[in-house]
Amino acid sequence: MRKQTFPRGTHPAEYKNFTKNQKLETLDPPKKVYIPLNQHFGKPADPIVKKGDEVLMGQKIGDSDEMFSAPVHSSVSGKVLFIKEHPHPLGSPVQTIIISNDGKDTPHPDNKGTKDPFSLKPEEIRKRVREAGIVGMGGAAFPTAVKLSPPKGKIIDTVIINGCECEPMLTSDYRVMLEYPDHIIKGAEIIRLATGAEQMIIAVEDNKLDAFNLFKQKMNGFPGKTSLLKTKYPQGAEKNLIYALLNREVPSGGLPFDVGVVVQNVGTVKAIWEAVSSGKPLFERAVTVSGSGIKENKNLLVRIGTPFKDAIDYCGGLKKGTNMLVMGGPMMGLAQWNLETPVIKATSGLVAWAEEELPKENPCISCGRCVDHCPMGLVPTRLMNYSKHELYEDADKWGILDCVECGCCQYICPAKIPLVHWIRLAKNVVTSMKRKKKS
Amino acid sequence: MKENAFLLKSSPHFRDKDSVSKIMFTVVISLIPAVVASVYFFRLRAVLIYIACVATCLITEAVFLKVRKKDMSSLWDGSAIITGLLLAMVLPPSLSLELVIIGSVMAIALGKQVFGGLGYNIFNPALVGRAFLQIAFPVAMTTWIPPETLKVNTATFATPLGNLKFLSSITEGSLTPIKDLFWGNVGGCLGETSAIALLVGALFLLSRKVIDWKIPVGIIGALVVFTGIFWLASPENYASPLFHILAGGFLIGAFFMATDMVTSPITSLGSWIYAVGIGFLIGLIRLFGGFPEGVMFSILFMNTFVPLINRYTRPRILGKGRGQ
Repeated sequence: MRKQTFPRGTHPAEYKNFTKNQKLETLDPPKKVYIPLNQHFGKPADPIVKKGDEVLMGQKIGDSDEMFSAPVHSSVSGKVLFIKEHPHPLGSPVQTIIISNDGKDTPHPDNKGTKDPFSLKPEEIRKRVREAGIVGMGGAAFPTAVKLSPPKGKIIDTVIINGCECEPMLTSDYRVMLEYPDHIIKGAEIIRLATGAEQMIIAVEDNKLDAFNLFKQKMNGFPGKTSLLKTKYPQGAEKNLIYALLNREVPSGGLPFDVGVVVQNVGTVKAIWEAVSSGKPLFERAVTVSGSGIKENKNLLVRIGTPFKDAIDYCGGLKKGTNMLVMGGPMMGLAQWNLETPVIKATSGLVAWAEEELPKENPCISCGRCVDHCPMGLVPTRLMNYSKHELYEDADKWGILDCVECGCCQYICPAKIPLVHWIRLAKNVVTSMKRKKKS
Repeated sequence: MKENAFLLKSSPHFRDKDSVSKIMFTVVISLIPAVVASVYFFRLRAVLIYIACVATCLITEAVFLKVRKKDMSSLWDGSAIITGLLLAMVLPPSLSLELVIIGSVMAIALGKQVFGGLGYNIFNPALVGRAFLQIAFPVAMTTWIPPETLKVNTATFATPLGNLKFLSSITEGSLTPIKDLFWGNVGGCLGETSAIALLVGALFLLSRKVIDWKIPVGIIGALVVFTGIFWLASPENYASPLFHILAGGFLIGAFFMATDMVTSPITSLGSWIYAVGIGFLIGLIRLFGGFPEGVMFSILFMNTFVPLINRYTRPRILGKGRGQ
């Protein structure tokens, strides 16, 4: 069988063996949970409880009227202690609802499922997905209900279920695929119904062959197919995945909608199924805790709002000398500094290791490797120079906003130039320049 | 919380293990077979020239780094050593050591440091050094001695390409035998004579992906097509493409000089344009130019166009320009 892929890209060391065979273990909820009101792309939610309120597990505690937003739920039952700023994985502190856990896990009675989820109307599905606070769990945290609502005039013909998990070290999606294949297949069908698509594809990289075979075997009866992709980074990046599977190109600055596609991460699909079938909001997720800095590498099912510290302590704690902690994978993840920071909906992993001395930066020797590996067809070294010299209009002309920050260029650069860092800097400036021009 | 002093930096957090100095020293290793071959053919002369070139290049680099207040550790990144080795390899073995030293100073000073050092130069530094000597000391740069392994009349000795240039017509036995070109038992610059030694090093570089295969392939292809047409049309007046590949500085130029990362294009299409340009120019100069050899000028000439080539061969962005 021909394995599909996209042009260029790279092969970072995988280190998936650390946790590949570690079954998902349920982490006991902590004494206190920290639920940030902003865990998604878009407007933060507003609190709808106040200090001292009793809340139940799965109760909605924050919501917003904006379309680009998502509600948040309590992951335990207990009492609201504070609503105040607390460290957040994205860097700056965020308004956070702190709840003391009464240890009873009393579920909220309003969260009821449906007997026959497949008979639900698309609007009904979208409403349930929205109410359950579901966002993209691959890391971008885009509100899922928005993704399921194609704008007028756009027809969705294909739903892609993204099981690539191309980030090194992470195996949380892989474990979810192995342990909840039925949830994913049924959830995929729900998405297909919600978007009105004809085609559904479950895409898995060939380093997760057993997950692929499992889907193949369980798919009977459901309209859809499974596709095996070559293992290559960043195969799971939306635009590259769509190109690999369908040979369609999402237009520059556009969304998968524009080529009739909706892409959903496997973890999100599981959450959608649980929300629609049993009314469970998104307050728990799979997290890989791995890396040479963690004593026992594990895959955990963690309540949202659990401090990193509790998850890491359950895995034996950090090894001596560990000085890097990253939320997400090592290619696109965010460096963390505080162990009190909570797990959020986008926390696919916590990886830690001891970073040796930072490599010495050399001048660019024009080896061209960044160009050969950029999955978007950009010239990173030129963009870096434009950024350094503040030539933002040139940077825009050379497609800087098409950069997805996957990190291939910086990974491969023999001169150890922080290319992505420079590009990010200029991207911010170019974006705000464009916004100003518009207004 | 002292034990939790975490580093904060932006992604990606993983890095490939390859580095600039690893690349440079891989190139140095790849040159060893050709260096050994040249010491075998030219004995003490070869040893002296190599030492003079590499030492002068390192000293010149050190002086510039010091004056420009740069990090002295980059003296040992391997790039100055490569410039020294490559320059030595394209000098006539009979060249006096004063001229060798002048050429080496020029290679680093004019070829590299005036532009801002490693990564900023437009031209291949070793070839800048050679071009300077060629223009300033034309007689010394075209006086050849036979290798120690070849017993011939020194007074009338010529390189295979020099011999070809002044032949009125090619007859049986008038050209240097291919076998001698292959092993290197011929006259010429220090390190360019032995094709086999250069090819061994080139294969090593290709296997390590240090050089872009498109560049030697493009140069060889263009040269074969260009010289092949004339050879097929009149074999009594023109040498075969194989002769042109093995003779003179072609192989060292195609595999070790034109492939210099700093002075070659960064895009795929750019590499092809650059390579074909070099191959075509070499053929043109060798067949119709005033010099018997054209590798140096062809590479320097195409080096000039690299920034322009890079600008006009940008890859297509995913999602732009396919009907969008």
